[in-house]
Amino acid sequence: MVRDITIGQYYPTESFIHRLDPRVKIVCTLLFIVSLFIQNSLPGYVVATIFLAAVIKMSKVPVGFIVKGLKPIVILLLFTVVMNLFLTRGGAELVQFWIFTITESGLKTSVFMAVRLIYLVMGSSIMTFTTSPNGLTDGLEKLLHPLNRVNVPVHEVAMMMSIALRFIPILLEETDKIMKAQQARGADFETGNIIQRAKSMIPILVPLFVSAFRRANDLAMAMEARCYHGGEGRTRMKPLKYKREDRLAYAVTVFYLVLIFAVGRFVPLRLWIF
Amino acid sequence: MSIALEHVNYIYSPGTAYEKHALKDVSFEIGQGQFVGIIGHTGSGKSTLIQHLNGLAKATSGDVSYNGESIYAEGYDMRKLRSQVGLVFQYPEHQLFEVDVLSDVCFGPKNQGFSQEECEKRAREALGLVGFPEKYYRQSPFELSGGQKRRVAIAGILAMHPKVLILDEPTAGLDPKGRDEILDQIEHLHKETGMTVILVSHSMEDIARYVERIIVMNRGQKMLDGAPAEVFQHYRELEKVGLAAPQVTYIMHDLKERGFDVPADATTIEEAADEIMRSFHG
Repeated sequence: MVRDITIGQYYPTESFIHRLDPRVKIVCTLLFIVSLFIQNSLPGYVVATIFLAAVIKMSKVPVGFIVKGLKPIVILLLFTVVMNLFLTRGGAELVQFWIFTITESGLKTSVFMAVRLIYLVMGSSIMTFTTSPNGLTDGLEKLLHPLNRVNVPVHEVAMMMSIALRFIPILLEETDKIMKAQQARGADFETGNIIQRAKSMIPILVPLFVSAFRRANDLAMAMEARCYHGGEGRTRMKPLKYKREDRLAYAVTVFYLVLIFAVGRFVPLRLWIF
Repeated sequence: MSIALEHVNYIYSPGTAYEKHALKDVSFEIGQGQFVGIIGHTGSGKSTLIQHLNGLAKATSGDVSYNGESIYAEGYDMRKLRSQVGLVFQYPEHQLFEVDVLSDVCFGPKNQGFSQEECEKRAREALGLVGFPEKYYRQSPFELSGGQKRRVAIAGILAMHPKVLILDEPTAGLDPKGRDEILDQIEHLHKETGMTVILVSHSMEDIARYVERIIVMNRGQKMLDGAPAEVFQHYRELEKVGLAAPQVTYIMHDLKERGFDVPADATTIEEAADEIMRSFHG
């Protein structure tokens, strides 16, 4: 069900990665993703694998949880692999049947592309698993702060994002409750054809919308009652500040970037066609 | 005709960081026609518990049976169970969705497969039972007051003619007048129809006046189970888990400690008043 989707969720536990400043995690995740796409050699992937594995280990998030996060991209992954496999030309021909040809560089590109996509999703899920939604929006707000000068309402966008994120679990719970309440009145969501099933959603959707509007209204009033008037002149209770660990994390990431380039260029590790 | 729980355990999201043991080895039996109160502090597992009674939540281990048949047996008709064990959720007015009151109450019977006329007949009857004024039958349920909405929602369950009626905090968020009206109505229903009524609440005061038996839940476990007078004898333990006995219990105990000849097990104000008068005249 809805609750099985782990991508984008926060996994509350205590670890070095969890304690890092959200800005560090956002920037380093971006750097990691960039590093995946601007190099293309076996040694480079080895370095990336070690780096990712070390971060996962340090974050104390169960590996199974992270792997589950890959489920939604399986289709995309298969599509990419198949396209690359059959449509890339170059190098010696490996297999040929009917109208399909698999070439060396086709195989190479598709495997590397799959690894890139998987690492991309795993890397970014590590970020969301270890950063609370509020931390993420705080970090984004601070990072994008310079855009204020070109009239982008950074604070308002960040506030909307954090409210939207906060409401996801509330609305999920509400849906669950309403479904149960209607089931207690004999509602049936499982049987019947498509039209009947769509119709059976009405007793859930109407109360859900009513409750979402009620909650939004309550929240707006509660915010106004506390004199909320947007980001101007607003100070924070816990301002984000870089600590020693955060500088260390930046240093490690930069070292990783240098390493992945150096290794890609100077280590002549090759395995068959890769 | 009874509901029985045997060693029921329920664990939320097992195997994750959110794992929570919500019910621990809960067993009891509720006979036909009883008026039972389930009481417990917020988070004591009472709402989870009642969802087991009509099969909306499935026990992680243990067994629930209705009329001697296990509801977890293969091929058990859950929809029939749900129409016989009516469950009114907390803030039931949040589940209203139809264009007018009457059609909303018809939703339950319609799902049971009755004809339009039969549904409306049952709906009118149910609305009558909860004392809902007839002139509002064609109004949108969203335009009603909180107390009236709640009546409509309760009628929505009653229209299904359940043998057992479970109400989760039916008075939450109502003013004292609305609270007394709803509770009186429920008591009246119990007397009139003879159905089993299970009332869930965190307020002893609310239910002491009405029920014949109280089950006290604490941290997912059954702590006490007995007649109100019996349960209130343990008022010191109740305080420790964040509950309180009705105020009369305290007054009677105080009086007794100060040498007055009154029984300490009076549970309602009327009873206490009678006993005090007797001891003075006596």
